[in-house]
Amino acid sequence: MNRGEFMRADYINLVNTHIIPIEFTYHAPETLEEALKLLREYQGQAMVIAGGTDLIVDMKLRRKEPKHIISLGRIRELDYIIEEDSGIRIGAATKLRSIEKSRIVYERFEALHLAVKSIASIQVRNMGTLVGNICNASPAADSAPPLLIYEAIVTAQNLEGARKILMKDFFTGPGKTCLRNDEIVTEIFIPYPPRDSTSSFLKISRVGMDLAKVNIALLLKFNSNVVEDFRIALGAVAPTPLRILRAEEYLKHKPVNEENLRKVEEIVVEEIKPITDVRSTEWYRREVSKALVRDALNIAVNKVMRK
Amino acid sequence: MRIELIVNGVRRIIDVMPNELLINVLREKLGLTGTKYGCGIGECGACTVMVDGKPVLSCLTLAVEVAGREITTIEGIAKDGQLDPIQEAFIEEGAIQCGYCTPGFIITAKALLNENKSPSREEIIEYIKGNLCRCTGYINIIKAIQKASEKIVKNSASKISSKLSPVR
Repeated sequence: MNRGEFMRADYINLVNTHIIPIEFTYHAPETLEEALKLLREYQGQAMVIAGGTDLIVDMKLRRKEPKHIISLGRIRELDYIIEEDSGIRIGAATKLRSIEKSRIVYERFEALHLAVKSIASIQVRNMGTLVGNICNASPAADSAPPLLIYEAIVTAQNLEGARKILMKDFFTGPGKTCLRNDEIVTEIFIPYPPRDSTSSFLKISRVGMDLAKVNIALLLKFNSNVVEDFRIALGAVAPTPLRILRAEEYLKHKPVNEENLRKVEEIVVEEIKPITDVRSTEWYRREVSKALVRDALNIAVNKVMRK
Repeated sequence: MRIELIVNGVRRIIDVMPNELLINVLREKLGLTGTKYGCGIGECGACTVMVDGKPVLSCLTLAVEVAGREITTIEGIAKDGQLDPIQEAFIEEGAIQCGYCTPGFIITAKALLNENKSPSREEIIEYIKGNLCRCTGYINIIKAIQKASEKIVKNSASKISSKLSPVR
């Protein structure tokens, strides 16, 4: 049996994952337009690969069996972090590690910086992309809560043109997004948060490398001791990452004291819909969400005090 | 598909299937079995290699994705029969028990010390988060990386002074 036969899907032991047990055609377009044409041509049978850290695992386990793989790896025009007057734009091929090291992300988008830094390992961050993290649409995606509180805008493109999708409308369920199957997300625009606001990110996971049991991002801005702007989003506690608008409304124009903090915790626990899975029970997720809300708020308040 | 890879400085032209992973190519086609297969899902780091100097997981990388790029495996770390300071330090500190995780750790450590010659203990721990050792040898591995860092700093200092010494 030669090597070529060895790699054929029918010879493969389904349990062993050191090979990919499915066959597909690989495309490596060099421009976005070429990629969009390929995606249209093989619509419904093709999947886009950026870093591959999620897709390859799913293919090994036969959770996804695309007939065509379209790689963004050679499209140089999609690898960028650009500063503009109103915010930053991050391209679809930009690695998580570049975002983690970006000065502007560190200075202006602290919750995003912390979230990206907390994702898996150096190796995974050298491979994976921010756009890939949200397109995979895991309810536990660490970059999702920060992108929700910053009110990021996703640009999706097909051969007809581009459309903008608000972050809050992007996720539709576990592993599901509102993308059509001929669209590629080309970039994420993240508006600068209000001046003098502060943001934070926290997560609980079993070990550092693991996916989050619960993660949270929040943004806080005071105006003479009362809250002027408050945004809060949690992940891994509902079918999609969730912004808790009711808690935001409640805290506005109020001081952060014990009574209000308790009320915010209460609202968060009412709004989330966690499940029991391999990583945690529903009860635990509710309890730990409360603690995370308190911790994240305390961190943000302390940061404001220090400023 | 025919692809070209620069593996440990040597140009290799290889025929691969689209579904072949970089680890399959390294181990089975090039006979470079130093790179180990561990979990297969990106959690253990045993399969870590460098692509253009950056540590990545060869068990989650399609070979076709890295066509034309420079790959460094554990076989390419020692130079001219001389062990790398990191390899020496791992031996001296007893940072190897069963040895299965070692190639991955050394590649990751190499990438770390390339980026930052003298990392703090905390920076080392953070950087090797993606490499698992099930013999629980982390303490000695951390010590070894600290020692390697000292060796590298010392070497580069002595190189500079030997360059400077003829100039009086």
